[in-house]
Amino acid sequence: MTPEMLSLSNSPGLFVGLMLLKLIVVFSVVMLMVAYATWCERKIIGHMQTRLGPMRTGWHGLLQPIADGIKLFFKEDIIPSQASVVPFLLAPMMILVPAIITVAVIPFGPDVTVSGLIVPLQITDLNVGVLYILAFAGLGVYGIVLAGWSSNSKYSLLGGVRASAQMISYELAAGLTIVSVFMLSETLSLREIVALQSEPLWGTFSFLPNWYVFTQPLAFFLFVITGLAEINRTPFDMPEAESELVSGFCTEYSSMKYALFFLAEYANMIVVSAIAATLFLGGWYGPLPSSLGVINLLGKIVAFMFFFIWLRATLPRVRYDQLMRMGWKVLLPLALANVVVTGFVVVLLQ
Amino acid sequence: MFKAIAKGLSITFKHMLPGHSTTVQYPTVRLKMSDRYRGLHRLVPAQDREKCVACYLCPTVCPAKCITVESAENEKGEKYPKVYKIDMLRCIFCGYCVEACPVEALEMTDAYELANYRREDFEFTKERLLK
Repeated sequence: MTPEMLSLSNSPGLFVGLMLLKLIVVFSVVMLMVAYATWCERKIIGHMQTRLGPMRTGWHGLLQPIADGIKLFFKEDIIPSQASVVPFLLAPMMILVPAIITVAVIPFGPDVTVSGLIVPLQITDLNVGVLYILAFAGLGVYGIVLAGWSSNSKYSLLGGVRASAQMISYELAAGLTIVSVFMLSETLSLREIVALQSEPLWGTFSFLPNWYVFTQPLAFFLFVITGLAEINRTPFDMPEAESELVSGFCTEYSSMKYALFFLAEYANMIVVSAIAATLFLGGWYGPLPSSLGVINLLGKIVAFMFFFIWLRATLPRVRYDQLMRMGWKVLLPLALANVVVTGFVVVLLQ
Repeated sequence: MFKAIAKGLSITFKHMLPGHSTTVQYPTVRLKMSDRYRGLHRLVPAQDREKCVACYLCPTVCPAKCITVESAENEKGEKYPKVYKIDMLRCIFCGYCVEACPVEALEMTDAYELANYRREDFEFTKERLLK
């Protein structure tokens, strides 16, 4: 008898318990990664600029994220007198929540069997997983626009407007690159997308997994670029742009509300890395054996994070017109062409 | 464009490898100052007194007017500075006083940590300068 999938109907107690456990573990891992991503970023960028980065708090500055957290926690919480209070308070949450909530559909390991029932290592396997990701990526922009608008400051407003224009432009291209992935997979469930990627490449080469990066290199390339643009990382950090917009939409924020923006930025980085790893690099599958699935996925995420930090240390910010031209005239047509070509090939091979 | 980006990435990656950092961990590690560094002044002592003969050349040449000298004669009939004060808040560390000194009684050390909490502490008297 093949074991059943654990669900609320066949073992409610176990289901709720394991679900809570998964939620807590995933949330704490993401939060820990966010905290130490800031440390890694400062260290890596420091060394790339022939500096050392934080060195004083703990061994090589390892306690720096904790010190930063405590500092931000005790900072004065300022709400500008001319700000619209409710949206002003709502905005940081509206940025952080979609960022963290997206992690729910990322599978982080192969199924395990607990007391005769299959437990997927994933918080929830939505059959519209990819759509869910796109939806929450789209929601992220509202927080930024709201923050920019409710601050009632010209720099914040400009940051918010830039963010909305940028994210809308790049979301199209990002969405289209994902379309080309699920044209191949014929499913929107991330669990099944990973399962499909664990087969031999194109059903023939057994030494390589069927990662979609081999089938869709252009889509992967475009997804990484548009992903960077969507999470407002350098070279696409126009909405923040310290040097021209004095941090853009978060100019008027202080204390923990500012910290939430910071958390959201790094949480977004982790999410985009996780999505890119899941859609194109086989998620938890390979190169290490499947029993180490979590390490596989974390390794890929860390690699992406390193790449993003590396880019930040290397590239200057692009100009706004360059950004728009690239989004609409280069990335979008390329992504569309990729979808069309993929469609033709899929039909021809059937 | 891709070539340029790849080149930039390779440069930053090379810098990240160990041994490229130029940071000096300041309070624990210090750079050695150049021999010609113009830091805090020092009055050079002779056997039993300072070398200074209170000729007033240093306050005269001082562009910041930060040196105060009052001369007196000791029991052997030699001139010596009864008062020798440098106001470090006004001093611009130009080193003209050292250049002007005919008896090489004044020199500049490599001490550069001159921060202090009170205004009076920046008044360097003869006793402090002789150290």
